[in-house]
Amino acid sequence: MEWPMEYKDYYQTMGVGRGASQDEIQRAHRKLARKYHPDISKEPDAEARFKEVGEAYKVLKDPESRAAYDQLGADLKSGQQFHTPPGWQSGFENSGAGFGDDDPSGTSDFFQSLFGRRGSSARGKRARHSSADFSFPGEDRHATIEIELEDAYHGATRKMTLRVPEFDARGQVELREHVIEFVVPPGVKAGQRIRLAGQGAPGTGGGPPGDLYLEVALKTHARYRVEGRDVYLDLPVAPWEAALGTEFEVPTPAGPVELTIPPGSTAGRKLRLRGRGIPGTPAGDFYFVLGIALPPAGNESQNAAWRNLASQYPSFSPRATPGETP
Amino acid sequence: MSDSGIQMTLVEVSLAWSLPPEHVAEMVMEGVLDPSGAQREDWRFTPQHLRQAGIALRLERDLGLNLAGVALALQLLDELESLRQRCPPGV
Repeated sequence: MEWPMEYKDYYQTMGVGRGASQDEIQRAHRKLARKYHPDISKEPDAEARFKEVGEAYKVLKDPESRAAYDQLGADLKSGQQFHTPPGWQSGFENSGAGFGDDDPSGTSDFFQSLFGRRGSSARGKRARHSSADFSFPGEDRHATIEIELEDAYHGATRKMTLRVPEFDARGQVELREHVIEFVVPPGVKAGQRIRLAGQGAPGTGGGPPGDLYLEVALKTHARYRVEGRDVYLDLPVAPWEAALGTEFEVPTPAGPVELTIPPGSTAGRKLRLRGRGIPGTPAGDFYFVLGIALPPAGNESQNAAWRNLASQYPSFSPRATPGETP
Repeated sequence: MSDSGIQMTLVEVSLAWSLPPEHVAEMVMEGVLDPSGAQREDWRFTPQHLRQAGIALRLERDLGLNLAGVALALQLLDELESLRQRCPPGV
């Protein structure tokens, strides 16, 4: 047995006639929403009026729900006792998008008995549990995490504490700590998002929580530079190593490698290890960028060695440019 | 107890309102929020900023405003409020 409730004249609420076009309804809604928005309006009953206008618009903006509402009859007046007509079917879906107030607690019994059970559709992509009258999925949340380059190579499980500000009953802000644990997949790139299902804002009315998206940033590394999946290491060599070539072991995030410096190498030369950057499809490359480190001027015999070197290159000018006489 | 000593980062404000951090950053760039600190990583928001972000978000969603419109609305509301204070009703 259902209790009678008060009929609501949504056209009167919107200040339009029953024959108003959809455009007129939208214009009336915009105007009233601005007038009564609780963050703007100084009217004493602004919030209640705002909710009434929102409820009326929810029904009238959608031609199907408007047609169903119109079927209730034109002779009813606001405040009149009213029963849901027998055979009232949930044959249409209120789109629910657009007008902001998705909170069912703001709607009247009248609205809920007519339109509530088919539930305005979720803003997000998650389907609502159909049995619940008003369950709303929680919103997705977003945060950023900084990971080590080594974690991007090998993957890792990490734990961190997020501080989420919340308002208490008096409207004061307090910080709640949420500990989250997440898996960094190998091959993750800066800017990529890791999704933690169900770790977003809690749902209402038994709705599922939203998801938490963690946007990955790579911590600046003391040695390596990262561009996309390519990784760069500035590698200083002695002048004679560059000139004569050599081999030595160097570190990379994937482990040490035996590197061959070809004879005649110059500063700025890039030596590539294909596929040894951040893993992925395709994997990035690893680059050594050669720099020439000069030994400092030293004792007399070392200075003599430099002078001897200079005498071996009488025509060498470091400032010569191709096609130009020094 | 007052919350006046609390300071929050960009990510914390975005977590509170379930917004992408980029959206909160746009609120700052439009002048809706005015945190301390020069660089984005150094921005610090007060509880008052957090409330202001909530107002901005509701104005965007409920009235279909973009952030420039929100900033203008908030500025005009501020001016209106100071006018009201200077000229109380009945004077």
